[in-house]
Amino acid sequence: MSAAFSIGFLPLVDAALPILAHEHGFAREEGLDLTLVKDVSWATVQDRLLYGQTDAAHMVAPLAIATTLGRGRPAQPLSVPFVLGLNGNAITLRPDLAARVNPAGGLGVPADVGAALQVVVRERLASGDPLRFGVVHRYSSHNYMLRYWLKACGIQPDRDVEIVTVPPPFCADALDAGEVDGICVGEPWNSVAVERGAGTIVLATAQIWRRGVEKVLAMREPVMEQRREEVEALVRALRRAAQHFVDSEALRAHAGILARPEYLDGNAELIERALADRLLLHRGGDLTHFPDFMFQYREAANFPWVSQAQWLYTQMVRWDGTGFSSEDAERAGRVFRPDVYRSALLGTDEPLPGASSKVEGSLTRITAVSTQQGNMVLEDNRFFDGLVFDPLHIAEYAESLP
Amino acid sequence: MTKDAPLPSAAPRATLTRMRVAIVDESATRAAVIGEGFAALEDCELFVVTERRGLVARMAQIDPDIVLMDLGNPSRDVLEEYFTVSRVLDRPIAMFVDESDEESIGASIDAGVSAYVVDGFAPHRIRPILDLAIRRFSAYSRLQTDLAEARGRLAERDAIDAAKRILMTTRRLSEPEAYAELRKTAMNQGRRIADIAEAVVTAHNLLGGAL
Repeated sequence: MSAAFSIGFLPLVDAALPILAHEHGFAREEGLDLTLVKDVSWATVQDRLLYGQTDAAHMVAPLAIATTLGRGRPAQPLSVPFVLGLNGNAITLRPDLAARVNPAGGLGVPADVGAALQVVVRERLASGDPLRFGVVHRYSSHNYMLRYWLKACGIQPDRDVEIVTVPPPFCADALDAGEVDGICVGEPWNSVAVERGAGTIVLATAQIWRRGVEKVLAMREPVMEQRREEVEALVRALRRAAQHFVDSEALRAHAGILARPEYLDGNAELIERALADRLLLHRGGDLTHFPDFMFQYREAANFPWVSQAQWLYTQMVRWDGTGFSSEDAERAGRVFRPDVYRSALLGTDEPLPGASSKVEGSLTRITAVSTQQGNMVLEDNRFFDGLVFDPLHIAEYAESLP
Repeated sequence: MTKDAPLPSAAPRATLTRMRVAIVDESATRAAVIGEGFAALEDCELFVVTERRGLVARMAQIDPDIVLMDLGNPSRDVLEEYFTVSRVLDRPIAMFVDESDEESIGASIDAGVSAYVVDGFAPHRIRPILDLAIRRFSAYSRLQTDLAEARGRLAERDAIDAAKRILMTTRRLSEPEAYAELRKTAMNQGRRIADIAEAVVTAHNLLGGAL
């Protein structure tokens, strides 16, 4: 008899793994009967999870930490046994602004685009009409990546530019109507803006942090403990979905499934482009291939590194202005559960890293790492400004940030 | 906490003035159905917001005590961000005033409504409003289900008409004969007439026939 498991999601390309685990029967083979519950705001995904209408959820990683720490709502501990992917977002600007700050076209160089943007930022500030950016949620990697980039380029968020929340389906509209000058959003919404001529993609978030944690599978901690065996079965099913996800032969089929009305209800061609790391940057242009635009499987991408949760915590402190607490840093780190991931995949052919935390942003080339099982390498994982996050010195890092 | 106990930080203004209730809904029809129920409540002043653009500015203008929003509205994240940043509602609580009231929270989610309540109102004033919101939202979803069923029945009738026309043309049957044929097949196969009709139409299309 199979165990019923419901998973909430937002219609975004990176909800792919739970959807594919269901559609390709990986979950069934693990004895799970998945139900996917679609919503259109993170608030509703979160409500259903917290009040027990779903067992797990596709979630922006910082929101899982914010929920645990009780930011914006009463605290409820969440756990993340599996990372659904890294990066996959882009920064899209209104076409006239894009032409100004990235005149050469193509995906820009983050520091150069930022330097050119700063000139526009000053002009707009002087004219009393500051530039305005849209992100999908306050507690999203989109918000943190955008802010990280702006700040490192000398642009102070909330002072020099405004950053507001814009739901993904409205991003193209908001650009078109001039409500915002730029957005940082996942696919297919950048491409939708490009197709409509409302925006031009100038940067991929993978250029800001080469291996930035994106969506996670989040669960209430007590539920995860109570249903530990089923959760481990789910981790195995998702891992098989991830392995299959990156099979280049299967991309078209994946896109076809994701495009269905019950999932993304979108354009299969646009979805397939994102899966294939190919983006149309501006209307009428050619497709640009940016390897690892979305990163769903290799190099233990699904492993919940404690250091990644802690990095997100440093950004939360940075932008919420709540002050650093080593106790909160530890609680944030505990949201990510490498122990569950390990016990689920021990004995499979999936490589498991030896450590559960790593120095983020320190690798410049392919590096072999010690493992618990199998062989694995990690590749370039730098931040564009060259900063390094050492989880042994979280407080110092948080303090040193500009 | 008992239902009638005031919240610790109950403000005097809250117990004296009418409550300002904002319903945010992109569907004007639903907002009207929901709002109708509130007309009878004397201590409420109702504001209906159906326009997505300028939501935040509108909220600042209304300065609501309670905001009701459909769970399927993508702008919930915008609203929550606004509450967090502006601190307009000192402690907005999603879903319900009492976190421990799981039953009521479940009912809200089932009904598809989220509620944000400014801190400082006695639960006995909030409760009837939320209960009403839940009832109205549920009533509206029932209406929608009925409508979808009615549409489904219409679509079935269309399929039966199309199948009859196919049989009348291809097998030169009269209309009653064509219908009798569909009914007989349905009975023999233990299926619904509408299903047989749909199969006839599909087969006909596959075989290149024009309706």
